[in-house]
Amino acid sequence: MNATMFSALAPILILSLTAIVLMIQASIKRDQSLAWVITAVGFVLTLCGAYYARDFTQSVTILLQVDHWSLFFTSLIMIASLVTLVLSRDIFSPEGERKEEYYLLLVLSVLGAVVLIQSSHMVSLLLGMELMGVALYAMIAFPERGQLPLEAAIKYLVLSACASAMLLYGFALIYAATGELSYAGIGAKGALAYIENPMLIMAGSAMVLAGIGFKLSVAPFHMWTPDVYQGAPTPVTGFLATVSKGAVFVALSRFYIDGGLDQYSGLNTALVVLAIASMLVGNWLALRQENIKRLLAYSSIAHFGYLLVVLIALTYVDAGLVSQSITFYLTAYMVTTLAAFTVVSTVAGEDTAKQDISAFEGLFWHRPLEASALTVAMLSLAGIPLTAGFMAKFFVITLGIQSGLWGLLAALVVGSAVAIYYYLRVIYAMSKSTESTGESANRLEKLLALVLLASILVLGSWPQPFIAYAGGL
Amino acid sequence: MVMINLIVILLVGGLLAILSERISDTMPRKVAMGVVLVDLLYLLVCLSGMPDITQLQAPVANDPSSWLMHFKADWIPAFGISIELALDGISLLMVLLTLVLGAIAISASWTDIVVRKGFFEANLLWSLAGVLGVFMSLDLMLFFLFWEVMLIPMYFMIAIWGHENRGYAAMKFFIFTQASGLLMLVSILALVAVNHGATGTWTFSYFDLLNTEMAEQTAHWIMLGFFIAFVVKLPGFPFHTWLPDAHTQAPTAGSVILAGILLKTGAYGLIRFAVPLFPEAALNFSYSAMWLGAAGVVYGAVLAFGQTDFKRLIAYSSVSHMGFVLLGIYAWNELALQGAVMQMVAHGFSTAALFMIAGSLQERLHTRDMREMSGLWQQMPRMGAVAMFFVVASLGLPGLGNFVAEFLVLLGLFQVNVWITVIAATGLITGAAYSLLLMQRSFQGEVNKKWADYGLADFGPREMLTMGVMMIALILLGIYPQPVLDAAQPVLQSLLELTATPALASAEAMQ
Repeated sequence: MNATMFSALAPILILSLTAIVLMIQASIKRDQSLAWVITAVGFVLTLCGAYYARDFTQSVTILLQVDHWSLFFTSLIMIASLVTLVLSRDIFSPEGERKEEYYLLLVLSVLGAVVLIQSSHMVSLLLGMELMGVALYAMIAFPERGQLPLEAAIKYLVLSACASAMLLYGFALIYAATGELSYAGIGAKGALAYIENPMLIMAGSAMVLAGIGFKLSVAPFHMWTPDVYQGAPTPVTGFLATVSKGAVFVALSRFYIDGGLDQYSGLNTALVVLAIASMLVGNWLALRQENIKRLLAYSSIAHFGYLLVVLIALTYVDAGLVSQSITFYLTAYMVTTLAAFTVVSTVAGEDTAKQDISAFEGLFWHRPLEASALTVAMLSLAGIPLTAGFMAKFFVITLGIQSGLWGLLAALVVGSAVAIYYYLRVIYAMSKSTESTGESANRLEKLLALVLLASILVLGSWPQPFIAYAGGL
Repeated sequence: MVMINLIVILLVGGLLAILSERISDTMPRKVAMGVVLVDLLYLLVCLSGMPDITQLQAPVANDPSSWLMHFKADWIPAFGISIELALDGISLLMVLLTLVLGAIAISASWTDIVVRKGFFEANLLWSLAGVLGVFMSLDLMLFFLFWEVMLIPMYFMIAIWGHENRGYAAMKFFIFTQASGLLMLVSILALVAVNHGATGTWTFSYFDLLNTEMAEQTAHWIMLGFFIAFVVKLPGFPFHTWLPDAHTQAPTAGSVILAGILLKTGAYGLIRFAVPLFPEAALNFSYSAMWLGAAGVVYGAVLAFGQTDFKRLIAYSSVSHMGFVLLGIYAWNELALQGAVMQMVAHGFSTAALFMIAGSLQERLHTRDMREMSGLWQQMPRMGAVAMFFVVASLGLPGLGNFVAEFLVLLGLFQVNVWITVIAATGLITGAAYSLLLMQRSFQGEVNKKWADYGLADFGPREMLTMGVMMIALILLGIYPQPVLDAAQPVLQSLLELTATPALASAEAMQ
């Protein structure tokens, strides 16, 4: 370790420091709003740290790889975490209750996500994933009253533990075949080991895929998603949908690209099956959902199906275009999902009855800003032009056509056509005329909705600067 | 820049319409009408400086400088996507039709819309802006964008201000058009990828993509993607099922825009993109397309005959009339194409007028069921006479625009395939049957006692003025169609030349 390595690690160090400060603060003076401020300052400083670290990109030991790509995603999840933080303020501050631990858990979970994004080694991958996951269990179960959060947390805990076990076993098999644990090492020795012992490599990487598939909730590993999405407090659901899934996908693509996994055609076939299943299952099951959080859960299953197409295309097109597409898609997806959860959180809060689509009726007329934000988010998820989601889908389809993946494209078209129905249901409900008047959100949340709405539209209507930036990462 | 301004005026006008609702309740419709008229005036003023369209040399389809107007600016250079707009005779006709019918639609919404007027007029103006974009853009990505985006305001118009079953109709409309749009997106990207493979550059420009070299099979599949997308919008048999629902449930102004303008974007897409981009594939496919067209003509007419709902009958008659457009396009000779363009214009006016009459009836009787109407002429003579005029126009009475259109299509089609012509010509007879049935059931016959003391108001000056504009347009089109034919002729000529080349070349190669 030398000095520049510490500079490269700035985001991780600042986050760890924030966690320590929070702990000390809790032991001196328990004050919720102070904890909120400390966390917010910590996140903003981490963002600055990620900016500062850009001049020191290097691999830090064999565990972490700090480069422009991972720093970009670090910044992105910091922004998503800030959004989560803003949304959490009202929900976790009922009168007379002390909820500082929530912020500590949030910081730890973000720390895990950053480690995951920067990992270049299976140990750091597991470390990041567990740190993020363990903190998330507690965050999901945080509301003391109510069965749903508890049920969601237990479901997530048990299935995540299974996934981790699979992941570990997969690591062991790959290690047995190649004698390597770092992505680059696997990439270098994998081909040779595959000739000697194809079963070990195939079984190992299949188990790793299954483990990661659980976290990404691609079908058929998606069972937990709707229950956890519904049961978790809304800001935590938003966090899970964006930060957690985003970080895991970045780690997966790192592993896939650096580990040269695209050379094994069996693995590619497995990914094709996962992708098609996710697109069809996600979109199909979303059709009958009444709860908007469950709907978004199924929608996210479908979206990770679309995103897998990009990874599958890696065999046919160059890695630069693939990582550019991943960058654009994940950014668009995160911004859109955050906008959706921001509105759901401010409008419906934690009341399950208010999360029904029918409870959103007439939102256009009494809360136009939130309704517009949710409309644009839904259109973006559906992939209508001028929204970020359209450009993201544009990337996926372009890569699919260049790679000649016609079966996947057919599933994508069918899935997207089905998807329009349930996204439109939400919009239609909001446009109905009702007499009820809702209470208004606070200023910060309104501003947040406005900013996210604008970002979706800017990313969709004027994407050139961001495409160029993503291409240069 | 003129073309950008045309679109921007409408977009900004929509915002003004929303804001103007704060001033007074009746302000939005006035603002909207003003905006459309200003837009129309602006276009005419800009055109007056241009050389007369009939004096133009035949514009070469792949040479932008020979077009009436051309504008190009970078948008997403990473993929060669640009903001490229151009205007030639056909687009100009369509743009004029859009703006005139836009004004008529606003007039139709004058008293029809009672809630959230500002937002309604805004949606109306925005969908007009989207349609203008469709008719003018020559970058395929931009075209796709306008194609999809014009649907969202239309969706809201049906979903918020529609009739009793609006949710279902709006959803069906949106899913049909979006799903077919996705197919078109994949086709566009496939075409661009083929071109990228051949030339190494990313481009979405129409001019660069014409004459893209590709295997016959590839061309066939990509062409089919475009074809389905356009035929769903047209709508051609068997993709028409969204139309009766959407038209029937939409508010009057929405029906006017849907039938008058939106359907024409499908026909325009076929003429501008589906055939010229894949001349050989389209030629091989033309036989099937013509059969679909003929099936649409007959099927639409038969179903129209069986309807009891006033608006639904007109909607099915649209399916029948649009069958003629499909026939005219795929016969692909000058006469038939002239007929198709003529039909697009004439059908725009006649159907818009009929939908307005249906809307006026619904406003007064609160029903669209023709079994409940009878002898309405006695109480509303002006409306009856107007309805009579547009019904006979729609059935193709010589001397009115629709006759010229259908006659030209049949004339052109006869040179291509006699049997299809014979089948399509039966559409004229069935057309007469259902049109007159509509007239008899609603306006003639015994006076229904139910409406006797209902105090039905006849057409007032505003309605008569709107109807008068459309009547004059149809009479002019019928008696002196030459200006429209002249405007379209050079374009059609150059398209025919463009698509003839590869076929001739391959014929020569075979010899």
